[in-house]
Amino acid sequence: MIEERFDAIVVGAGMGGNAAALTMAERGLKVLQLERGEYSGSKNVQGAILYADMLEKLIPNFREDAPLERHLVEQRFWIVDECSHTGLHYRSDDFNEEKPNRYTIIRAQFDKWFSEKVREAGATVLCETTVTELLQDSHGRVVGVRTDRNGGEIHADVVVLAEGVNGVLGTRAGLRGRPEPDKVALAVKEMHFLSRETIDARFNLKGDEGLVIEAAGTISRGMTGMGFIYSNKECISLGIGCLVADFQRTGETPYGLLEGFKRHPSVAPLIEGSEVKEYSAHLIPEGGYKAIPQLCGEGWVVVGDAAQLNNAIHREGSNLAMTSGRIAAEAICLIKSRKDPMTAKNLSLYKKLLNDSFVIKDLKKYKDMPALLHTHSQNFFLTYPQLFSKAMQDYVRVDGTPKLEREKLMLNSFIKARSWSGLFSDALRIARAWR
Amino acid sequence: MPSEPSQRVEDKLFYNRYLVDSGRAHIKVRPHTTPSSRLLSMLKACPARCYELNDKGHVEVTVDGCMECGTCRVICAESGDIEWSYPRGGFGVLFKFG
Repeated sequence: MIEERFDAIVVGAGMGGNAAALTMAERGLKVLQLERGEYSGSKNVQGAILYADMLEKLIPNFREDAPLERHLVEQRFWIVDECSHTGLHYRSDDFNEEKPNRYTIIRAQFDKWFSEKVREAGATVLCETTVTELLQDSHGRVVGVRTDRNGGEIHADVVVLAEGVNGVLGTRAGLRGRPEPDKVALAVKEMHFLSRETIDARFNLKGDEGLVIEAAGTISRGMTGMGFIYSNKECISLGIGCLVADFQRTGETPYGLLEGFKRHPSVAPLIEGSEVKEYSAHLIPEGGYKAIPQLCGEGWVVVGDAAQLNNAIHREGSNLAMTSGRIAAEAICLIKSRKDPMTAKNLSLYKKLLNDSFVIKDLKKYKDMPALLHTHSQNFFLTYPQLFSKAMQDYVRVDGTPKLEREKLMLNSFIKARSWSGLFSDALRIARAWR
Repeated sequence: MPSEPSQRVEDKLFYNRYLVDSGRAHIKVRPHTTPSSRLLSMLKACPARCYELNDKGHVEVTVDGCMECGTCRVICAESGDIEWSYPRGGFGVLFKFG
C-alpha cells in the first residue's frame, strides 16, 4: 500500500496519459502515473504518424531529441481492386521545412522518450503495474485506484483515465460501456525492415523524407476498412484495419487480409526482400462524435482513445489524445489553483474546453460519417472501387473502341451496379456527412 | 477468396516477445455445451488465433500469443461468453516497436 496521497493519478502512458502527466507535473502537481507495460510504450501500438503542432504545445523543442523517423513530404491515397490502384498523390517540397508538420514514429521508442520528459517534469512513473479497479467512496466518487501490486490502494484527488481504446476501468466502475463491435476497428500491422537506401529508392525519397500510402478498396473484401504503408528510416509499417463488426459478420481473418494486402501487385514490390520483426494488433475507435462517452465525473476524467476520441476520416488519433490529455490537465490545474474540489461540476471545465477545441469540433463535423460508411461498406469499399478501377482501365487502354461508345459502357456499368437513384443518394449522403 | 494457410499466424507471433504469466490466463471462456455464434466468430476474428475448437466442440482460449487488442472483449464480454482483463503488470506481449 502506497501511503502517499497524490494530487492526480494518471492511468496509462500513451499519448493522452503522457500529455496529462507532463502538463500537471510541470505545473507543480504531485502526479503518479501507472503503466502496465515493462516500460512506457511497450504496450502501445499505432501506425504511426506524429502531428508536430500538438506535441509542440507540450514540448516546444521536441525535435532536438525525440526519436523521430521521417518527416512526411508525400501522401498517396489509393483506390484498389484486385490488380490495380488508382492514386491521388500529393507531394510538396514545402514539407521540407525547418519545422516539419508530420513525422512517422515508432511508438514503443517514441513513448519511452516521452515518458522521460514526464519523469523529468517531476511525475512519479510506475511501470509493470496494472490498475485493476477504481476506488469509489459511498457516494460513488472516485478517490483513487487499486493495482495488482501488493495491497495496492492508492489515493488521489482526481484520476485521469488514459487507459486506451480498450480501457476496462471505466467500464468496471460503470462510468462508460464497453466499445461496441460496430464502433471500433481491428488493425493488424507488420514491421518490415529494409535498408535505408532501398526505402529511399522504392519510395523516391532522400534524406529524412518520408511518405504515407493509404489504400481502400477490394483489399478489405467489402468490409469498412483500409490499408496503410508508412515509411520509417529503416523499416516500413504496413497494416490493414477493418470494423470489428465486419470481421464478426464475414468470418474474414485479420492476418488473411494482411497477407492479401501484402500480395497486392502494387504493394508486393515495395516490401520485397524485407525482414519482418514484429506483428501487432490494436483497436481503433471509429464511432466518432456519437460514440464519445461521458468525459468526466466525480473525481475522474477520461482522455484519448479511452474516450473514443479519434477522427477516422482524417486518421487522426494520437493528436486528439495529446490534446485531450493536455486540456484535461490544464482544467485540473486550474481547479487545483482555486483550491476547489474535483467534483463533476468543476471538472466539467475540461469538457467545456475540449468542446471549444479542434478535437470536438472536428468530430462533430463528421458525426454522420461513421454510420454512412459502416452501413454501406459493400458499396463504398467493394463496388465503387471495382467500378472505378474498370473505368480507369477503359480510359487508358487503347483498342480501337470509339470513345463515345466506351463512355456509354462505363456509365452503364455504374448504373447497372448502383442504379441512378443509388448513385444519386450515395453522392447526396456523402455530401451531407462531409459538410 | 484465397484462403491463407493458418500456419502463418504462428509464424507471425514468433517475431514477438512475450512474458507469459503461467497459470494466470487473463481471458477465460465461460464453460458451455454449445458455443455461441459470438464465440465461434473468434476462431476467425482473433488476430493471434488464440481461440480454437476442441474435440468436444467447445471453444477454448490459449492466451500465450495474445496481443491484448481486445477484439474478443468487444465481441464476447458483454454477453458473458468470456471474462476479459489485462495481464498482471509486466506480463503479456512486450512490443519492441508497437
